[in-house]
Amino acid sequence: MRHPDTWLKVRPDGLWCEPGGFFIDPVNPVERAVITHAHADHARPGHGAVLASAETLAIMEVRMGAGRAGRTQQALPYGEVLTLGGVRVWLQPAGHVLGSAQVAMEWDGSRAVVSGDYKRVPDPTCLPFEPIPCDVFVTEATFGLPVFRHPPPADEVARLLASVSLFPERTHVVGCYALGKCQRLIRLIREAGWDGPLYLHGALLPVCRAYEALGIPLGDLRPATVAAKAELAGAIVLAPPSAIADRWARRLADPVVCLASGWMRVRQRAKAKGVELPLVISDHCDWDELCRTLVDVDAPEVWVTHGREEALIHAAEAQGRRGRPLRLVGYGDEEEGEDAPPAESPNVAADATA
Amino acid sequence: MIAFAELLERLTLTPGRLAKVALLRRFFETEPDPDRGIGLAALTGELAFDAAKPGLIRALAEARTDPVLFAWSYDYVGDLAETVALMWPERRTNAQPPLLAEVVEALAVTPKAELPHLVAGWLDASPAPVRLAILKLITGALRVGASVRLAKVALAELSGGTIAADDIEEVWHGLSPPYDPLFAWVEGRGERPDPADAPVFRPPMLAHPLEAPDLAALDYPAFAAEWKWDGIRVQLVSTPAGHRLYSRGADDISAAFPEIVEHMSFDAVLDGELLVVRDGVVAPFADLQQRLNRKLPTARMLTQFPVLVRLYDVLFENGVDLRPLAFIERRARLEAFVARVQPGRMDLSELVEAPDLPALSALRDGARAASIEGLMLKRRDSPYLPGRPKGMWWKWKRDPLTVDAVLMYAQRGHGKRSSYYSDYTFGLWRELANGDEELVPVGKAYSGFTDAELVMLDRWIRNNTTQRFGPVREVEHGTAKGIVLEIAFDAAQRSARHKSGVALRFPRVGRLRLDKKPEEADRLDTLMRSLP
Ligand SMILES: [Zn+2]
Ligand SMILES: [Zn+2]
Repeated sequence: MRHPDTWLKVRPDGLWCEPGGFFIDPVNPVERAVITHAHADHARPGHGAVLASAETLAIMEVRMGAGRAGRTQQALPYGEVLTLGGVRVWLQPAGHVLGSAQVAMEWDGSRAVVSGDYKRVPDPTCLPFEPIPCDVFVTEATFGLPVFRHPPPADEVARLLASVSLFPERTHVVGCYALGKCQRLIRLIREAGWDGPLYLHGALLPVCRAYEALGIPLGDLRPATVAAKAELAGAIVLAPPSAIADRWARRLADPVVCLASGWMRVRQRAKAKGVELPLVISDHCDWDELCRTLVDVDAPEVWVTHGREEALIHAAEAQGRRGRPLRLVGYGDEEEGEDAPPAESPNVAADATA
Repeated sequence: MIAFAELLERLTLTPGRLAKVALLRRFFETEPDPDRGIGLAALTGELAFDAAKPGLIRALAEARTDPVLFAWSYDYVGDLAETVALMWPERRTNAQPPLLAEVVEALAVTPKAELPHLVAGWLDASPAPVRLAILKLITGALRVGASVRLAKVALAELSGGTIAADDIEEVWHGLSPPYDPLFAWVEGRGERPDPADAPVFRPPMLAHPLEAPDLAALDYPAFAAEWKWDGIRVQLVSTPAGHRLYSRGADDISAAFPEIVEHMSFDAVLDGELLVVRDGVVAPFADLQQRLNRKLPTARMLTQFPVLVRLYDVLFENGVDLRPLAFIERRARLEAFVARVQPGRMDLSELVEAPDLPALSALRDGARAASIEGLMLKRRDSPYLPGRPKGMWWKWKRDPLTVDAVLMYAQRGHGKRSSYYSDYTFGLWRELANGDEELVPVGKAYSGFTDAELVMLDRWIRNNTTQRFGPVREVEHGTAKGIVLEIAFDAAQRSARHKSGVALRFPRVGRLRLDKKPEEADRLDTLMRSLP
């Protein structure tokens, strides 16, 4: 048996499975890429052959445009094993966004699992994370400090709706990134009993349509155009985080600025961003989920890709595991808004200046 | 305590005044007694515990958390109470979060040695926002940016328009937590709480600045004039049940000025100006500032900075409300009162007589004493009305021009001042559409302060920095917390190049107004209207 560090390596382009001849979520264009999910820092354009879940491929195409999501694409259903250069490869749900997957690899008697981004709490828009016992578990640590504990998302949505009823003349504008958070939030709001229209910034609509096409109904969605200003009093508007306090928001009636993000747990973060109603809702693991997952997959060795790696490694060592920081560069964090395009898509841009 | 914790968080993050009132109102409407009353007391600073210190919180955290993770977390969050509230290891428990009243009562009676156990039990039973509220409460760090006034406005709204915030002001100091009679009154379930003899504060009558159009329209014979003295406006309330000295913001400052309270052996409510006076001469404001800085004066300060109250008005005498009377009638009562009672440490503000407005204007320009800010013009027939009724009282400030501005940013100076934050950007308030007000930077001042004031400002700036932009520090400048600077300047001109729309000639720090809260600083509008 050969230890995974002899065949799974950090290269400038990303994490490289040498015998399989592929990268996982490479940050630069490569010949063969396995993509965990369609967030922009994981799924980049310009690769040769791309392997991912069918949902991830579909969303990549919507976001990048036809033909840019890899020269050839291969959809791999969850759990179906493929052999690449002798490496057994399969995808397993990661619970992060629709289509998100962990990449499990076996070679020469050892197994490594690259989890991509993941979370453990139920999400009505995607399949739940399934832990895979392994020898090396590769994890992110975006919220790798014990101060980060996400409360039940339904409670956060209840706070939003209570605020809407307290301020019926004002527009609640909720910052959320375009892929995953937005659709999850919509479903959570629907589950809380709000079946009226929800208004969307133009940048959020395409992925919502893609989700609906993939079988996730989202209800009555309308564009938050300038023309709709009168309707927007008392309404809930979803927009990319970069837009909620920007000129775009001037069309809203005395907006209550809300932001749905795991970072909102820390009050100073909310204050610094001018957020009036922070909603602690995240598609990443909180501290407890990270620590619990290390126990569930029970890997003797944990590699941490990005985030607060020192704290998670400290916790892994306290569990008797070896921890290793990978220091991969190029992985941002959708929660901070990098994932959301800064401007509206071209077809609604004219409206933005009207 | 869940609703209180939510209220605290939202008040902290909500910028709009109207929205804050709505949040407070909902809290008062939906929370049961006595929790809402205890919440009101907590928000208005009526609760104080001295048992719990940050050391207790740190010790609790150390007992429950990994020290390495605690250090990293504290480093990240930057606030001890918030760090502990967020990372407190949750234990499954059947206990409910404590009620606010329960926490407050227990804190008052629990021996110090038993506090850690008690607090830990509360934290175990509470979600993070409640944990934070508990920790902030016990360390006395409950700053939420909601003024006492907003709470009274929200309470008044519960009455559906029959009771005004000023009506509540008039009974406020006769009440105590949890304010059951107050809630009963505003909800129409009970009579107005009778403050009886309690020495309650009465909302003061304030003046508008006299601007050029008002001056042109002024019906001079209808007005009486007085000097506007440069001290702080105070209210002396003396009843058979007690003696209080209040600032115009309703703060009880009796303890800081015992020599005044000592002479309040009458039954009256008086309005006046607190001044440092030596041998009949009013000292500069900086001298009074020395006294205002101290909650309790030393014996030395009492002799070094002797104060008196120059009386402007009488509101009550022997329990009779004189406020409906005309100013000249109250004035006659005040003169008779002073002649008869001869209260120590008090004298009468003189009326300034002039045959016509030009003559009065000449008197105003001729008064060079720094302790005179200008003139007050009061309608002879004006009743004493709370707030700032239009056209009744005017303040006619003397040149040079000054504004009270709020310190917003500070930058290090040059040369021997390079280690000090000595360049100050100050701002004035501008009203926004939502009823809120924002500060607009108006200019920079580099001089005019004493060395001691510079040291004080520098320290304050370092301790109250909210953001850094290279060499510039942004400092606290909310409505309640911040530094008010009186800025003196030679002239003001309209300017399209400035965000504020106005450029000041040679602005400098006239003095520090530590007695003023930022919300009491001047409005940009007032300055703009004074421009030609
Ligand atoms: Zn992601
Ligand atoms: Zn990511």
